[in-house]
Amino acid sequence: MSSNNVASFNEARRVAIFGGTHGNEMSGVTLVNLWMMNSREEIQRKGVDTKPFITNPKAVEKCSRYVDTDLNRAFTTANLSAPSGKDLPYEVQRAQEINRLFGPKGSSEAYDVIFDLHNTTSNMGCTLILESSKDHFNLQMMNYIKKAIAPDSCPVLLNEDPGLKYATARSVAKHSVGLEVGPQPQGVLRSNIFEAMRIILKHALDFIELFNEGVEFPPCTVDVFKVSERMDYPRDANGNIIAMVHPNLQDCDWEPLTPGDPMFQTFDGKTIPYEGESAVYPTFINEAAYYEKQQAFVTTRRETLAANAIRKV
Amino acid sequence: MMAADGGQEEEEQEEEQEEGEHNEVVCLPALSRVAVCGGTHGNELSGVHLVRERLKEKKQKVDEEEDDVVSVVNILTNPRAVQQCRRYTETDLNRCFTRATLSSTVSDRTPYEIVRSQELNSLLGPKGSPQAVDLVCDLHNTTANMGLCVIAYSDSDWICLHIFKYLQHHMSDVPVRYIHFDLPCREAYSLDSLGKHGFALEIGPQPHGVVRSNIYTYMKTGVELMLDWVRLFNSGTVFEGGSVEVYTMVSAIDYPREPHTHNIMAAIHPQLQDQDFCLLRPNDPIFETFSGATVRYQGPEPLYAFFINECAYYEKGIALSLARRRRVEIPAIQMKSGLEHRGDEGTSEEEAD
Repeated sequence: MSSNNVASFNEARRVAIFGGTHGNEMSGVTLVNLWMMNSREEIQRKGVDTKPFITNPKAVEKCSRYVDTDLNRAFTTANLSAPSGKDLPYEVQRAQEINRLFGPKGSSEAYDVIFDLHNTTSNMGCTLILESSKDHFNLQMMNYIKKAIAPDSCPVLLNEDPGLKYATARSVAKHSVGLEVGPQPQGVLRSNIFEAMRIILKHALDFIELFNEGVEFPPCTVDVFKVSERMDYPRDANGNIIAMVHPNLQDCDWEPLTPGDPMFQTFDGKTIPYEGESAVYPTFINEAAYYEKQQAFVTTRRETLAANAIRKV
Repeated sequence: MMAADGGQEEEEQEEEQEEGEHNEVVCLPALSRVAVCGGTHGNELSGVHLVRERLKEKKQKVDEEEDDVVSVVNILTNPRAVQQCRRYTETDLNRCFTRATLSSTVSDRTPYEIVRSQELNSLLGPKGSPQAVDLVCDLHNTTANMGLCVIAYSDSDWICLHIFKYLQHHMSDVPVRYIHFDLPCREAYSLDSLGKHGFALEIGPQPHGVVRSNIYTYMKTGVELMLDWVRLFNSGTVFEGGSVEVYTMVSAIDYPREPHTHNIMAAIHPQLQDQDFCLLRPNDPIFETFSGATVRYQGPEPLYAFFINECAYYEKGIALSLARRRRVEIPAIQMKSGLEHRGDEGTSEEEAD
């Protein structure tokens, strides 16, 4: 569906790259540390001030996901407006500081774009995470990236349902882009995963440079996977899991799961099938950090989003 | 040598083996008490869930069949780390079983894992004494692509080597290998050294904090096969000798690091990543720096790489470990009762290598 309207945006002058939002997701930690120490040319683009930033330094030092609470869930209105103080959980203090440096969230002073670098133990490849289906700037960026890395694929995960989305670190910016690359164990740095993330970011920054130079991007469509439902493991009365992701589903992110297909396998070998009403596309299958969030995988449905043409103001 | 309990008869038989003859059957005491241990590292989940399942099954058995042949105890060894889903809470439990640590004085400030190692020593040991359990099987996972590995301190403990041979014969879905850490008894630091015989069952690749169904199944099968072997052994079965391949650990290589921050400056090279047990030759690539340069293996001899990119070893300064490989002849063995009493004095105390 093309539109004659061209959406105008200000130049994206202030761009941040967040690493270490989860301290044990090593690609982002390594890339941001690298860019903070040297090699800044790699992320510099004409007319853009690109700031690499470690969001959760204490978690990075401990090589743990978080210290007190998940930083990537901490940017709620309640947390950001709470009176500041040392009694607050570490990550809430950090959220307030990040909001001060890169926000305030929702204001005109906020950074234009924030890329937040994450890894997952799930076999998700290079996934881009979108928080709004109406952000034409982001949609055009994602379209650009997908075309740049073709024939390799770059799935786009849309998480905008208010009941399912969460208050991310990147949500402080006007345009927030999540980069989720896997599979990689927590605490481990895999060379192929590291390089893949680096390439995605390179294309994203190229897009911003082109946009700032005045290039008009014509209308386009973007195929996305929209988060539909969270599925937990079967558990016993003590809350312990009693089954594992079924071998047929393990590593099959983005492949269709049809009602009747095996979904879980109990520890004594029984199969538990998927009993939804229609085929879905599961992702975040067997992510280590989600056991404690009661999530074995999420289901998604495919949608095609239309993006207006865009150019700078 | 660790395994040869008993007196004159065994020594004579061993001399024959060292000369390469395996016509004689080595007789060894029954393995009456076996410990299956999980959660020594709280985030290595195959063992955590397997031990929990085995404990549940035990509770649910209405008509508990008295197993005359072997008595098995299933233990979650580091429950606090399991509860937090972390490798350890204060210090690595699997380094707390040296004689020095086991006999150190405990106070309020003693790290949890040291208190726990002494408790486990009372439960499964005391290490080196006649009361120690006959066999400890400690369940582990690794992020390295190692398949199934039996890891032991000895390359002449016929019990461990025969169990390995049995697993290798019966498991075709996953590579099965034997890794020998060449340390004398007095320096053995891991949980499996509490028993008269012991080994770690290490299976990967699996991220820490994750249960992969295929890896869990390998672990479950491995433990069941091991117990099948023990029952057969205790029932008098003769296990034929043969030869097996053993990887003996020689050295380890750390990541190149920044001098001031100690942060790593390179990742395992893409050509080496996931290639555990490949032969690393001098000049083969081992690391790729973040600026794209290749760092090559400078060792004098070709060696087999393993524990390639194990998460928990970053903090121990190990990017990969290296081993020599050789064939070891193992004799036929058979259980013979009555040996236990002869072997009592200082069974596991042998200092001679």
